[in-house]
Amino acid sequence: MLDVRGLTVELPTERGWIRPVNDVTFTLAPGETLGIVGESGSGKTMLVLALMGLTPPGARRTGEAWLYPRSSNGNRSGTDNSVQRSTRRTDLTIANTEQIRAIRGREIAMIFQEPMTALNPVMRVGAQIEEAISVHEARVSAADARRRSVAALERATVPEPELRARQYPHQLSGGLRQRAMIAMALAAGPRILIADEPTTALDVTVQKQILELLVNLQRDLGLAMIFITHDLGVVAQVAARVAVMYAGRIVEEGPVQEILRDPRHPYTVGLLRAAPRLERGKVTPIPGTVPSLNALPPGCAFAPRCEFRRTECDERVPDLRRVNAEHTARCVLVAAEGALST
Amino acid sequence: MTPPILAVRNLRKSYSVSVGAFAAASHHATAVENVSFDLERGETLGIVGESGCGKTTLARMLMRLIEPDSGEIDYRGENFLAAKGSKLRALRRGIQMVFQDPAGSLDPRMPVAAIVGEPLAIHEPQLSRTEARARIIETLAAVGMEADALTRYPHEFSGGQKQRVGIARALILRPEIVIGDEPVSALDVSVGAQILELLAKLQRDLNLTYILISHSLPVVAQLATRVAVMRKGSFVEIGPATEVLTNPKDPYAKSLLAAVPEIPA
Repeated sequence: MLDVRGLTVELPTERGWIRPVNDVTFTLAPGETLGIVGESGSGKTMLVLALMGLTPPGARRTGEAWLYPRSSNGNRSGTDNSVQRSTRRTDLTIANTEQIRAIRGREIAMIFQEPMTALNPVMRVGAQIEEAISVHEARVSAADARRRSVAALERATVPEPELRARQYPHQLSGGLRQRAMIAMALAAGPRILIADEPTTALDVTVQKQILELLVNLQRDLGLAMIFITHDLGVVAQVAARVAVMYAGRIVEEGPVQEILRDPRHPYTVGLLRAAPRLERGKVTPIPGTVPSLNALPPGCAFAPRCEFRRTECDERVPDLRRVNAEHTARCVLVAAEGALST
Repeated sequence: MTPPILAVRNLRKSYSVSVGAFAAASHHATAVENVSFDLERGETLGIVGESGCGKTTLARMLMRLIEPDSGEIDYRGENFLAAKGSKLRALRRGIQMVFQDPAGSLDPRMPVAAIVGEPLAIHEPQLSRTEARARIIETLAAVGMEADALTRYPHEFSGGQKQRVGIARALILRPEIVIGDEPVSALDVSVGAQILELLAKLQRDLNLTYILISHSLPVVAQLATRVAVMRKGSFVEIGPATEVLTNPKDPYAKSLLAAVPEIPA
């Protein structure tokens, strides 16, 4: 459904061009959840902004990101069948403004860490959801849009949806705002939901509810989801597959359970050891800091912090190597015969 | 048995909340309600709770940055809440705080030497410039920073290094008690782990007593010997860390523990 190949985003800085997203390749199948894990500066947010056509002015995008059309019987309840959708695949990296507008919300929707960045503070919640519907369906009646916006809130398990639709975002708690944003994102019936740290600002008990909601919605609506987080515990709850990013590149990808149990990239190993658990004294920091994108080493970007560093690590960026059919890691420690051509 | 370093009894703080600009009456919202505990020398008391539970208000009262409505704080056997003038200053320097956001708590226009040295200028003005400089360098070294940091400004440092500067500023007066209010919450996992390790090392080396405030049970679990779970201004449970983190008795503490997204073993 989504086929990303060698996607690279370059940004101009005072000290030359940097690559926040560097040669990223992955696919997303219908109904699948891909977790993307990384620390600040890993490029995980810039990656999904590139898919939404939201890179900053002056950015250069190369590579391909093919969005394939829905299969002919792929219509679901809640979507308007009368609207003509593209029957050909679209490359999101070169799509023009009009094409991207038709895709945003309608095909791919996004939710953010802080709902207030996505919600208009001076507009009633219901009206914002109605707008998200009518912008894609010019012929929808006002009454119909209103009915569907309340239904969207209800589907996002907002209690008293009629009342909430008449309220402003500031009258909602953090958890309800996040639900309202999810309702708005799903109002136009997208196939792909991109969630960028959607629970990071929430209390753990609310986080648990929102994660459960997303998993249920994803299952009920057959959504594909890209879930960005820094939290390996969260990714284990929502995703079947995970990609770990470091300094703009995917350094490891595969089934979540396998990667948590048997990580192959030293950065993934370090991240797992550094994450606090409920047991005392089980935390081991990764030495050093994330390299500046202005001054990346010529070889593996993690090599300066890596306890397994060899001379070959500094010579060139390692290829993604195959651990098994579903699991890859960008590390020379993975047996060389499994090398992927990338 | 030695007496506790800090004894807190029935601490209470409420705020008046006006319902609207023209409201005739206002009502009181209680931020902290009847909190009592003893802090033993050398221990780490973790205080966990969700946003709005009153944990930061409690920390600020322990620093006397906010005056409680009622209650008692006994520090080194003295009535901390009644202390004034030079007595208050003397007691106050024994309790220092590390904040969540290192960027927000460090003055961007001051070089590191001035940020770390500022408490010395206030509490130990008799020190010569050379003596003060030596203390600053020694404290920076304790948090793992080189002397070349002295002339640099906060924006030149990463988040983890900024937090080290914040810790140095808290330690320069050689306090007995350090209160950490979400000290790793704004940091990446790999850097947060470095700061947790540093805090553990400083506690051993300097014989510090910690109060660690966090929304995160796994973070508290790393350092705490005792854990208090706070909800709506009160401690709903307090006990040895191993018990509260594995087998809490209070229903709310149980739900908080159950909501932690644990990495499967």
